[in-house]
Amino acid sequence: MSNIDPAFLRGLTRPRMARSTFARRDVLRMMGAAGAGLALSACGVQGQGGKEKVSQTDVQKYWAGKVKNGRLNWANWPGYMQDDRETIKAFEKETGIKVTYKEVIQEMGPWFGKIQAPLSAGQSIGFDLMIMTNGIQLEQCRQLGYLAPLDLSKLPNFQKNAGESFKNPSYDPGNAHTIPYESGVTGIAYNTKYVDEEITSIAQLFDAKYKGKVGMMGDSQELGNFGMFLLGIDPEKSTKADWEKAAAKLREQRDKGIVRKYYSQDYVDAVSKGDVWLTMAWSGDVYSLTSPDVKFVVPKEGGTIWTDNMCIPKTAENPVDALTLMDWLYVPENNVPLTEFINYMPPIPSTQEILKQKAAQATGDEKKDLTRLATSPLIFPSEADLARLRHYRRLTQAEEQEYQKIFEPIAKGS
Amino acid sequence: MARGRGRLTPYLMILPSGLWMAAFFLIPMVLMVSLSLQTGNLIDGFRQTFHWQNYLDGIDTYGDKFIRSLWYGFLSTVLCIAIAYPAAYWIAFRGGRHKSTYLFLILLPYFVSFILRTVAWKLVLTDNGPILGPLRGTILPNDFHILDTGVAVVSGLTYNFLPFMVLPIYVALERIDPRVVEAAYDLYASRVQAFTRVILPLSLPGVFAGVIMTFVPVSSDYVNAEVLGGPQNTMIGNVIQTEYFNNSAYPMASALSFSLMAILLVGIFAYARTLGTQDVLEAAGR
Repeated sequence: MSNIDPAFLRGLTRPRMARSTFARRDVLRMMGAAGAGLALSACGVQGQGGKEKVSQTDVQKYWAGKVKNGRLNWANWPGYMQDDRETIKAFEKETGIKVTYKEVIQEMGPWFGKIQAPLSAGQSIGFDLMIMTNGIQLEQCRQLGYLAPLDLSKLPNFQKNAGESFKNPSYDPGNAHTIPYESGVTGIAYNTKYVDEEITSIAQLFDAKYKGKVGMMGDSQELGNFGMFLLGIDPEKSTKADWEKAAAKLREQRDKGIVRKYYSQDYVDAVSKGDVWLTMAWSGDVYSLTSPDVKFVVPKEGGTIWTDNMCIPKTAENPVDALTLMDWLYVPENNVPLTEFINYMPPIPSTQEILKQKAAQATGDEKKDLTRLATSPLIFPSEADLARLRHYRRLTQAEEQEYQKIFEPIAKGS
Repeated sequence: MARGRGRLTPYLMILPSGLWMAAFFLIPMVLMVSLSLQTGNLIDGFRQTFHWQNYLDGIDTYGDKFIRSLWYGFLSTVLCIAIAYPAAYWIAFRGGRHKSTYLFLILLPYFVSFILRTVAWKLVLTDNGPILGPLRGTILPNDFHILDTGVAVVSGLTYNFLPFMVLPIYVALERIDPRVVEAAYDLYASRVQAFTRVILPLSLPGVFAGVIMTFVPVSSDYVNAEVLGGPQNTMIGNVIQTEYFNNSAYPMASALSFSLMAILLVGIFAYARTLGTQDVLEAAGR
């Protein structure tokens, strides 16, 4: 109730104060107006920024007195765990920690919207471990101090086995809050039952002959990146003028009726059924979820490489158990079965060697599958592929608002 | 003393509902109005600046979504009347002793979750689904589709809000005294005349209530547009939802909500004035 503008109150009260007699109704009305004015000017929402720096004392303070509880609630994306939950079962057997696993994350924006209110109030979100993609929302979580600082001394397997490119990423210096779950690529998926040419380029997503058969992603960073790739702009070095050019292209694509829908996760279903013929897609989804007719390519103009990260919400009830799982997943033998199913890039380089060995020992179909996996350019990309891949651009708070204002309305039809 | 308590009784009786409304309607409303005039962002916080521009920006950016929502609301309401009136009429006059069974049958699908029913429409309308699959390429052109278009959204809206139209119309028809209709026939009215001059006017209050109960929620719905619509079918409800939950743009979301509320209130008020219960009763009295 602090920041009431005095001029405002004066404005509300002065003219009536000058009158000598008050009718009862006038007084009541005035009180009502003043009350409404008070209420209106009250309750600004407090800023919560400026907490992203983490010191060793913060780490100690957070973890002091926290103990293993023997249970863990894990929020993840669909398709990020074997259908029979093999990896979770192995973890439960080895550590005695009971895991409740929920596939509740579909898109970063809505997920952030869901957890923001309880986290800002310091309440539990019901999960101890969540998987967040590097990008706008992870950056906000970090800046708002929603994430527990990680005690790296409790993550020896991460220290030992993580690939160099997965350590100390630019979006989370020093792995202060996150360690990678896996990485993947945003490219194009197409259904070979309907598309009778080879898809190699983003320009084909803008081809009028696929009118009403193209799917794009609703996420403003994914969408914006593809607009920029089309124009030959490197998203990481882009400026506001580039964003506007890209947005104009994407609007044109939409207004010509080429885009059927802007998807979050459900493009998998749509491209398998043939509702859309070609669509923006995430590499591993295509490998593991869609029908065999669906193919995935990294377009020649470029694709986005992103990392999904394990992090602990500050209000977690079982943070020690979450940390235990994070480190357990960095034992190469524990991680391999996961990679075999989800088909994204594992953060542990020795996975490839283990897969090759497994392939050498296996026979028949299994050998074929494992060999395909161990040599898949999507899971172990070549240098040439990596050169074409770009990260999301890191945005400052001011840039982020500009960026969202430019790209966000496109998927909403404005 | 006794008189004093007698005077207080009505106030005591409205106290529970009054407190309820104050706690869960009035206070949030005031907070939302306040929020709609603030500026800022999540990281730095929001401050009250009496930024009326939020409203103008909202109408400016999303005016077409407002118009589309009202248009979809209008179409769905008209479709609801067209479907619900004959059904309610048949149940009320021809339902016999099974009336409540028929009403139950109409309500039965609505025991299933709203989202699930909408997703079911998606499965039915999909390009290679049970309906369009065989038709496309034979009777219909190959690129014909319903899912992700306005047709799908309006169909979904009509389906989801149909009972809110059936029930009030049924209640109005059910209350008509059969002797009034008999009197019309005794006075040599034809069946058409008896319907247009007796039954229809007497049932109009039900239609009026049904229109309010469907048009308002349909215009602000966002689930159907989200599940069944494409990029050209976004309704204002979707915009508010995104602004609030995805972008944490609370002031803009609040400003849009109040604009929508104002538009709906004005619309309903105008509707009540031109076709209000007063006139309906007069027509019935004639």
